[in-house]
Amino acid sequence: MGPNLLVNMDEVAAVILFGIGFTTLLLHRNMIKKIIGLNIMDTAVYLFLAAMGYVDGRMAPIVENGVTDVEAYINPIPSGLVLTGIVVSVSVTALMLALTIRLYRKYHSLDLDEILIRIQKEEQR
Amino acid sequence: MSAAENFPCFSIVLCMAAGILSTPMKGKQAKWVTLSVVTLVSLLSAGTLLHVLSTGSSFVYTMGKYPAPWGNEIRAGVLEALLATVFSLVMLFSLMGGMDHLFRNIDERKINLYFILADLLLSSLLAIIYTNDLFTGYVFVEINTIAACGMIMIRGSGRSLLAAARYMVMSLIGSGLFLIGLAMLYDITGHLLMENAHEAMERLVQADAYSVPLLVIISFITVGLAIKSGLYPFHSWMPDAYGHSTISSSSILSSLVSKSYIILLIKIFYRVIGFENIVDSKIVNVLFVFGLVGMVMGSVSAIMAKDVYKMIAYSSIAQIGYVYMGIGLGTEAGMVAAIFHILTHAITKSLLFLSAKGLIDASGRKRAFAALQGSAFRNPLAGAAFLTGSLSMVGIPMLAGFISKLLFAMAALGAGPGKVLVTLVVLAVSTILNAVYFLHTVVRMYTPVGAPEGCRGIHLHPSAGTACALLCLILLNFVMGLMSQPVTDLIQFGIGMFA
Repeated sequence: MGPNLLVNMDEVAAVILFGIGFTTLLLHRNMIKKIIGLNIMDTAVYLFLAAMGYVDGRMAPIVENGVTDVEAYINPIPSGLVLTGIVVSVSVTALMLALTIRLYRKYHSLDLDEILIRIQKEEQR
Repeated sequence: MSAAENFPCFSIVLCMAAGILSTPMKGKQAKWVTLSVVTLVSLLSAGTLLHVLSTGSSFVYTMGKYPAPWGNEIRAGVLEALLATVFSLVMLFSLMGGMDHLFRNIDERKINLYFILADLLLSSLLAIIYTNDLFTGYVFVEINTIAACGMIMIRGSGRSLLAAARYMVMSLIGSGLFLIGLAMLYDITGHLLMENAHEAMERLVQADAYSVPLLVIISFITVGLAIKSGLYPFHSWMPDAYGHSTISSSSILSSLVSKSYIILLIKIFYRVIGFENIVDSKIVNVLFVFGLVGMVMGSVSAIMAKDVYKMIAYSSIAQIGYVYMGIGLGTEAGMVAAIFHILTHAITKSLLFLSAKGLIDASGRKRAFAALQGSAFRNPLAGAAFLTGSLSMVGIPMLAGFISKLLFAMAALGAGPGKVLVTLVVLAVSTILNAVYFLHTVVRMYTPVGAPEGCRGIHLHPSAGTACALLCLILLNFVMGLMSQPVTDLIQFGIGMFA
């Protein structure tokens, strides 16, 4: 197990980062920290994909100097997936930030539990 | 290639185009565009269903010019076409039934945005149903989440914003797990198209390679999609999201959005990993246990709920539990029962939400149970619709809910020895609990005395659209209940096509 961990260092780092992001998103009450957690989690997946797609000593899959040999380049699909994933996570982050702004304008707090308490108070009045 | 093979792609693109066209329009125009597109999509889906039935085999539609294993594909079989037809019909009825509420609840300048979201939601639902590519599945899962979140928050009240935030957080946790599961799956199979990935998977299983990563992948994907569909311990966002959004959203979210993730999960189970491998991995037992707990706990929470929307929302948790219990049985009969229940729940839950809105409107817009006293006399059609929906959920013969309970019970008899007794007992307990809260509400609605002040003598006639939607959904419930054999045959045929 030990040597495997060392060889796949990037993937190990990605999974640890994923765990950090995941727990932050799940457990923090603060909306901004949740969004940071979300981004760490998504980026960890992209690191995982990029690390898996990289082959030592090969080039990015853009034809250069007329070299068309397959062996010269890395697999382009993981990079494509990372790009698509980035687009998705940007839009999700934007939506979350918009929600946070609307909640903050209304209740002057970023803390979800605090917001709930204020909503309940407002309803009782 | 027959013209009907273009229909799945057309319906997805049509919905997206309708969303784009609605952007500069006023609310009323956007409404007509959306309603006509959704109607057209139901017709196209029905056409696809007829085509697939007449040829007797599924077809693959290549998107773009690259063939498999590089390109992107749409695949339509009997099950996909059936689901697309029912989903687009339920979408149409939910929009029609909640239309007056929609125009009352939402700022006039924002109404066209609601229809854009509805179009986007339908296109992503269809794409999830039809796609043959795992990563496309992920992208549309996210689009689905974004559209659903927009539909919750568009009402703009504090409660609905908070509900949307909670919904988003839980959904994103689910999609994060799903995404890393997909990334790992791609790493060990090297393919994103379902067929090619399945072939690679079979080779891996035969060689007994990567068994630990495979287990991790199966758990990540299953847990991720289970969180997104609101399986029991991850249900906390559901009551608020359904209880505080405008009624069409509640109806669409509970009957379609949470189901689409289950359908994607079933597709991955059958078409990528292989159902035998899933059963061997024992993950179905986990789903089985959580499904059973959900069936009971959802119903218990529904009994304790304070207003009728919350009650229906908690009942959804119990029904999602039923679906996962059916999947968890690990047999084909269980899967047929689960898919039948997805359809049943889609048509019944939208009926319940829409009729509950009618009853609340007839009670001075108060949601507490006390205000609903005698409301069925003030709004007879909504009363009848709520009665039908309740009886169907409880499982009275002639209605769709009875058939799904029957299918679950029969599937349980064919499952492994440890599961028979426990399924039957929990099914019985859950049915009794369902009866407690639904019939309690029905009796209250039909109690003529003690209408609250200001509601006496009201006689509400629902608008034509609402009436039409309610009648169609009641009819669908009876059709599914009385002519269940063709539907179960279709589902069985469709699952056979999956492999």
